Amino acid sequence: MATTWRSALSLYMLLLMVSRGLSLASDGNKIEPVDTKQDTRSGSHGEAASSSDSGSEVNVTLTTLPIVSWKWEHVSEPYLVALWIIVCWLCKLIIEANHHVTNVIPESALLIGFGFILGGIVWGADLAQTFKLSQRTFFFFLLPQIILDTGYSMPNKLFFGNLGGILVYAIIGTCWNAASLALSLWGCQKGGAMGDLDIGFLQYLLFGSLIAAVDPVAVIAVFEQVHVNEVLFILVFGESLLNDGVTVVLFNVCDAFVTLGGSKINAVEIIKGIISFFVVAFGGSLLGFAFGILISLLTRCTKNIQIIEAGFVFILGYLSYLTAEMLSLSAILSIVFCGICCQKYINANMDESSVNTVRYAMKVFANGSETIIFVFLGISAIDKTIWVWNTGFILLTLFFILIYRFMGTFILTWILNRFRLVPIGLIDQVIISYGGLRGAVAYGLAVMLDETRIKEKNLMLCTTLIVVYFTVIIQGITMKPLVTWLNVKKASVSEDSLIEKVQNKVFDHMLVAIEDISGQIGHNYMRDKWNNFEDKWLSKLLLKPSVRKNRDNIFAVFHRLNLKDAMSYVAEGERKGSLEFIRNESAFIDFTKKFDDKFSEVMSDIMADTSSHYNRGSSMRRDPVPSVCLEVHEQAIKGMNGVEDSHHLLQQHLYKGRKQHLHRYSRSNFSVNTDENEVQEIFQRTMRRRLESFKSAKMGVAPPKKISKHTKKDQQQKKPNGNSADKCKSYHSGDEDFEFSEADSANGYDVPGSLPMRVTYRAGAGIENPTFMPDPDPTASMHIPPWLADTEVDSSIAAPSQRAQVRLPWTPSNLRRLAPLRLSTNSTDSFMLPEAPATQQRGNEQQPPSAPPPTKRHM
Amino acid sequence: MGASQTHSAYKYQDLMTKTGFSLEQIKNLHYRFRQLSENNETLSRENLENIKDLADNPIKKQIVEAFFDKRNQHQNEMGSFEEIGFEQFVMVMSHFRPPTPKMTEEEKLAMRKDKLHFLFNMHDSDNDGKITLEEYRKVVEELLSMSGDIEKDTARGIADAAMLEVASTNVPNMGPDDYYEGITFEHFEQMFKEVEMESRMHVRFLDVDTRTIHS
Repeated sequence: MATTWRSALSLYMLLLMVSRGLSLASDGNKIEPVDTKQDTRSGSHGEAASSSDSGSEVNVTLTTLPIVSWKWEHVSEPYLVALWIIVCWLCKLIIEANHHVTNVIPESALLIGFGFILGGIVWGADLAQTFKLSQRTFFFFLLPQIILDTGYSMPNKLFFGNLGGILVYAIIGTCWNAASLALSLWGCQKGGAMGDLDIGFLQYLLFGSLIAAVDPVAVIAVFEQVHVNEVLFILVFGESLLNDGVTVVLFNVCDAFVTLGGSKINAVEIIKGIISFFVVAFGGSLLGFAFGILISLLTRCTKNIQIIEAGFVFILGYLSYLTAEMLSLSAILSIVFCGICCQKYINANMDESSVNTVRYAMKVFANGSETIIFVFLGISAIDKTIWVWNTGFILLTLFFILIYRFMGTFILTWILNRFRLVPIGLIDQVIISYGGLRGAVAYGLAVMLDETRIKEKNLMLCTTLIVVYFTVIIQGITMKPLVTWLNVKKASVSEDSLIEKVQNKVFDHMLVAIEDISGQIGHNYMRDKWNNFEDKWLSKLLLKPSVRKNRDNIFAVFHRLNLKDAMSYVAEGERKGSLEFIRNESAFIDFTKKFDDKFSEVMSDIMADTSSHYNRGSSMRRDPVPSVCLEVHEQAIKGMNGVEDSHHLLQQHLYKGRKQHLHRYSRSNFSVNTDENEVQEIFQRTMRRRLESFKSAKMGVAPPKKISKHTKKDQQQKKPNGNSADKCKSYHSGDEDFEFSEADSANGYDVPGSLPMRVTYRAGAGIENPTFMPDPDPTASMHIPPWLADTEVDSSIAAPSQRAQVRLPWTPSNLRRLAPLRLSTNSTDSFMLPEAPATQQRGNEQQPPSAPPPTKRHM
Repeated sequence: MGASQTHSAYKYQDLMTKTGFSLEQIKNLHYRFRQLSENNETLSRENLENIKDLADNPIKKQIVEAFFDKRNQHQNEMGSFEEIGFEQFVMVMSHFRPPTPKMTEEEKLAMRKDKLHFLFNMHDSDNDGKITLEEYRKVVEELLSMSGDIEKDTARGIADAAMLEVASTNVPNMGPDDYYEGITFEHFEQMFKEVEMESRMHVRFLDVDTRTIHS
């Protein structure tokens, strides 16, 4: 789908990664530290070794028509890229297959280990490291999607709630790390601890700045496995994300200083440096916001190109990265804030399937390139040319990094805790300090160092590598035992519960109210003001009108739980066999056929392809409500076997009566009624409604108010009924006309006879009950011949409608959230008491003989 | 200056020990009280309802009512006031005090219970010690009344489902004929077992003089 072209694009990007080994000359990047002796076109290393000689055949003069020819040169670059990607991913596959290993050693460390092995193989074949992570590949093709993913899936409330702390750690902490490390190393060199090194103070500062930042990739990889509590996680994670941006900025400033040379640096230059720091950081963030808004705006109007709308998110995110890079603003911060800013709006604006595409594609790219990064971090190490050993320098760096990380964290936390209501505990501080993993960003920056100006570049590079290995492998492995040992508060795995969501909302409003009354301008007050502003302006600007109203958190949970319940209902029913018919293919086809026959003349255009869809059976996937399915699906698969069939079935039937839910979740289909299923559904509902009102008119009873609530259950319930053996005895033949959704195929009536009546209902109901026709449906009504419109609405209707009325409120008792509250679970009938006694009888009668769904499972 | 300082300290000493607010906080609140009541000794419902920022709050009614609820005064009384004085005002506010690091576990528990009682009373509008379905529905309906076009039926459905959740967690083996009458305080406590009430339900009362902001 939308991912194809994107993956093609990224493949093309990744191509450069490996191709660098082959096309040194063509790649005019001066920073590439690679291949000394290789000819550009030799292609005789690594996996390419066997094929090198055959590539030349192309140039041989053509004497006869070759049937096939070997064209390695033609494909070598993308081929190698693809090969490397698959090799890296296979490594991950192998690692993840051994859970007992990953429980002890984090995946990132294992990937680096695999990198060592692969690097060794390449080295063994070529006697040189032909494949390395170049900074260009890393910063342009591997990093952006990871950062975009983190921004996109950022828990916004948590992030902004702790933004103060995160910023303090990210900005002050990083500067502190860089400066203190530089000073100490410089001091040690002066003291003679490291022998004879040609590194000045500024260069130390440069080194300090590149190695100061905690790496988000490494941090996520490790922390995702230990499940610490969310505040702790967001502090470490947010810090690592933002300080990447900070460290790049710092690096650039220091780099400029080094280029300027010590003598030219005066107070003005330093002030300029500081100003540039802020301009770059905030400029990048603002640019990201701008792009986020752009994406949101764009997704407002991508209704007609739904297939590729998911792609916009990626490409605009990437553009925000590149634009920031072009303007020499902080690209990382830009793409982070782009993701943070747009997530809410695009999730609401885009079609559900697109949202899922984005979500998954994002994870595929991020996880994929994370894997590649770690493997290549390992591979890059197997290279004799970069290794320069200086025990003093390396050990001292390691030592200082650890020490200053702890010191910085403790000092900053002490300051923060004076302002925080819930102070950060000592144990959490230890974890934050210990979670200071360095990673690929530091390595990428180290590769960027200019050898002409920094003589000891290789020493810095391999020190960086060692620091990375030490933190990722050693600290990564010990993190889990440490967390257990210190008894760090873990994240509580809480189930979705409505009461919790409701209470959260009560809390929020209550606190705001108290602040308003007491006249304080506090946290809650600000948040409330922001929410109001967002509701009034941003949403109006960035959200589609159709979705603007319908994005309440509580409702989403309600809907999700409902779906879950319904699914377990079906699962249960299947297990007990009472819903066996659901799997029955013929039931479907019958239903469709019946439907089709009857309406083909009336709604030929709408129904045109319905039957074919139904018969194929696969069309259910196209339903407009796959929305929540994704999550629910996963959960379902975990717990139950063979739910899939019923799941698709549910998608098809569940949404039908759910008028309120329907337009909330079928976002793009909201205004235009294009979906055949939907049309059917409205038709059926209208029918039923019509029958009801007809009955009430006849009997002088007020029409039931909440038919919409019942219809859905009705749908479900009917299925068993339709199959039950005793069904027919209580029906009289005219019935069938009004039970369109019956799976039962007692189709012994003539089409022309039943047609007029139906048409009448359609038209009449549409007018009489506008509630049930949320969208005027021109296609349906225009086909009604006027002479048919007022043909007999005779007495034969009263009887079936009465029956329909009787059946409607009959609800399956175990759909707890779907059913109107009936706290006493005595029996299904208790709910019905106010209804006519006939209802009760009816309800009992209709219970499928084979095990009724369990009534008390929720208690 | 010093004299007035000690004077007011003396005046508020009682309140300070009762509510745990600091002198500055009480002074700030007193200033605000005067502002709201337009320099009267007592505060009426209209005074609170007229607060501009409160207009958008969906549960405004419940909040205002809570200030006039005698149950929130720690005195085992029921019913509600027509007007409240400063003392009552501060007592209600004291439910929203953040926990201090110096508190013992017992004090924290007491504070937690205190906050929960406040919340419970907000829901239990008829003082019978139970949040019945009707009462709960009402709160949820109002809560959702401002968010988009969630219809009343939906709000009701949500309330029902939430109630069922409470019922099913608290009365795990309910007989088929049992009727869940409503959430008692014990059940209510159970509901919030996981939530850190003492740190969640708080407002930061400023120590510094905020008059400049309001004047």
